[in-house]
Amino acid sequence: MSFPWANHYEPKHPLMKWVDERLPLPRFVYNAVGGGYPVPRNLNYFWNFGVLAGAALAIQIVTGIVLAMHFHSDAGDAFNSVNGTIMRDVNAGWFLRYAHANGASAFLAVVYIHMFRGLYYGSYKAPREMVWLLGVVIFLLMMATAFMGYVLPWGQMSFWGAQVITGFFSAIPVVGEWIRVWLLGGYAPDDASLTRFFSLHYLLPFVIAGVIVLHIWALHIPGSSNPTGVDVKSEQDTVPFHPYYTAKDGFGLGVFLLLFALMVFFFPNALGDPDNYIPANPLTTPAEIKPEWYFWPFYAILRSFTADFILPAKLWGVLAMFSSILVLFFLPWLDTSPVRSANYRPAYRAFFWILVLDVLLLGYVGGQPVTPMNAMLGQFAAAWYFLHFLVILPIIALMEKPRPLPNSITEAVLSKHGGSRMSESALSGSATAAE
Amino acid sequence: MVRIIGGIIGLGFAFVLLLAFIGTVRTPAPAATAAEEFHVQPRSAGLSSDGVFGKFDLRQVQRGFQVYKDVCSSCHSLHMVSFRDLKDLGYTDPEVKAIAKQWDDKAKQPTFDAKTGQAGERGNIPSDRLPMVYYAAQGSPPDLSLIAKARHGGGDYVYSLLTGYKEQPAELLKRFPDAKTPDGLYFNPHFANLNIAMPPPLTADGQVQYTDGTPATVDQMAKDVSAFLVWTAEPTLQKRHSAGFATLAFLLLFCFLAYGAYQSVWAGKKH
Repeated sequence: MSFPWANHYEPKHPLMKWVDERLPLPRFVYNAVGGGYPVPRNLNYFWNFGVLAGAALAIQIVTGIVLAMHFHSDAGDAFNSVNGTIMRDVNAGWFLRYAHANGASAFLAVVYIHMFRGLYYGSYKAPREMVWLLGVVIFLLMMATAFMGYVLPWGQMSFWGAQVITGFFSAIPVVGEWIRVWLLGGYAPDDASLTRFFSLHYLLPFVIAGVIVLHIWALHIPGSSNPTGVDVKSEQDTVPFHPYYTAKDGFGLGVFLLLFALMVFFFPNALGDPDNYIPANPLTTPAEIKPEWYFWPFYAILRSFTADFILPAKLWGVLAMFSSILVLFFLPWLDTSPVRSANYRPAYRAFFWILVLDVLLLGYVGGQPVTPMNAMLGQFAAAWYFLHFLVILPIIALMEKPRPLPNSITEAVLSKHGGSRMSESALSGSATAAE
Repeated sequence: MVRIIGGIIGLGFAFVLLLAFIGTVRTPAPAATAAEEFHVQPRSAGLSSDGVFGKFDLRQVQRGFQVYKDVCSSCHSLHMVSFRDLKDLGYTDPEVKAIAKQWDDKAKQPTFDAKTGQAGERGNIPSDRLPMVYYAAQGSPPDLSLIAKARHGGGDYVYSLLTGYKEQPAELLKRFPDAKTPDGLYFNPHFANLNIAMPPPLTADGQVQYTDGTPATVDQMAKDVSAFLVWTAEPTLQKRHSAGFATLAFLLLFCFLAYGAYQSVWAGKKH
């Protein structure tokens, strides 16, 4: 990060000096998440969620590595090793397993809020497009990891989920069925599928960690955005990341862990499906196959395509489902408004909240059995999802008249605290003096 | 260019969804089924393990074990539970040993001599899991180890199912003449498709001889065995609850301190 007023790393202890001259790792950390990274002073609690996502990944990696020590990736024994050995005989195995299963939900919940934060405040816009693109890559990797992890306990929903999701690929014309068999290592999910999913489920989180490094690297080139969307102009617009945001993130982390503990210790199965406590049985299809809650919006889009039109309905559904995520890659070029924050974009702000409701509606429909009413709601909401990103966003970027932006972050902060325009410069002067 | 192509794709998806929507509107609603109309949600068994403060009533769980041993175990296995686990219910080491030994009358542990290739059997010892039950007649009674977690409603479901057998209502047959319970199945409104292969297992008061003097009514036996199956599904439930309260207390303190640190670091800094 390159604001000229950034603090410089000055090792005091001779040992740290010695290390710094040979391997400037402490300097690197200091400049990344320490006192050497100036951050806008006006970030609200929604800016905690990046750190929370990192914490959730750390929880998943630590619990996952220990679980892998006890898990048998064998179609004949996986269910027993999870529900028999880990849940009953491994010391605190029940805690590891529930923390890992609910940790996936927590990770995705935090990331969804992180993404909607980015949508609201225009964090995907220049010069932060690369941050957003890498974020979407992380999201895709997370979805793959979560899906493969859900297969590992080899319950009914694991098995049939694997059957349905790998079935997407069979919608591809000509080579689809061949790809599906290649992915599964057989004609149906079995030992080969389970073992490769386990291998990839162990690999991908470390790939995610690598892409997170790139995500943060790309973030540090322009520096963090902020709720006004106005660029940092002077030193008084920023505070050093440490101790200001480490302290704020510490509190946010505490609240996150509190809610997480509530789920793990008191409602560990609330988000899961009882069917996954039934061992996988290729001969009995569950009454209703549905993925975990975090895939419901996408599942609803998939199921909404029920009409054959040139292409078969199934292929439309699969194309639309993948497109619903791919469209996010094009977002920086679909929304051309130069104003970042929705706080100053009245029309965009209204449509943002409609999108939130739309995605919640899709999520509801995806988790419910198919009835005519649900199908119609899903079809309407899916159409709105695509229209929002591909039609409405580009149009409002052209038509909308944004509200006037504050001259600087500091001005916005001080006017929020009741300072009149006249006294702002005086106040900001004294605030700077007090620092 | 991106925006023009994007707009065309967006309108294209919306158009195909419009066709799907029209298709949905024009499709007649599927007829109601008997299972949708007459399925009954489980009623509460009022188990002491319910809720966030839930604890096992060990005397009740012991009675439930007795019901399992005397009634259920002739068809249903419990293969994730070890004899030694029964110590958690308050049985002593010699009692657990005796229970394992008595079990030899029902089933033993299979052995295989790798040298001679002979299959055989040996008696149960406390470190063994409960032996498998091989059910030769028609139907496949599920293993009960996880049943309370594998059904919506958990223990309440088990209790409701066991006490829910009744005659098929006349109204059901009037509305769905084809939905008559087939021969060999039994009508039970708590079962997902209303017709269950398991005959009513608890039929008469006093079917199990309780040693602690509790009257063994059908309702009581059903409640007790539900309590037992909640325990087999999750023997660590009580430990989880108490660890949860300690963790929440710790994290509340952490939040309190972290909030104080946040406020003191930012003191005087408008943001």
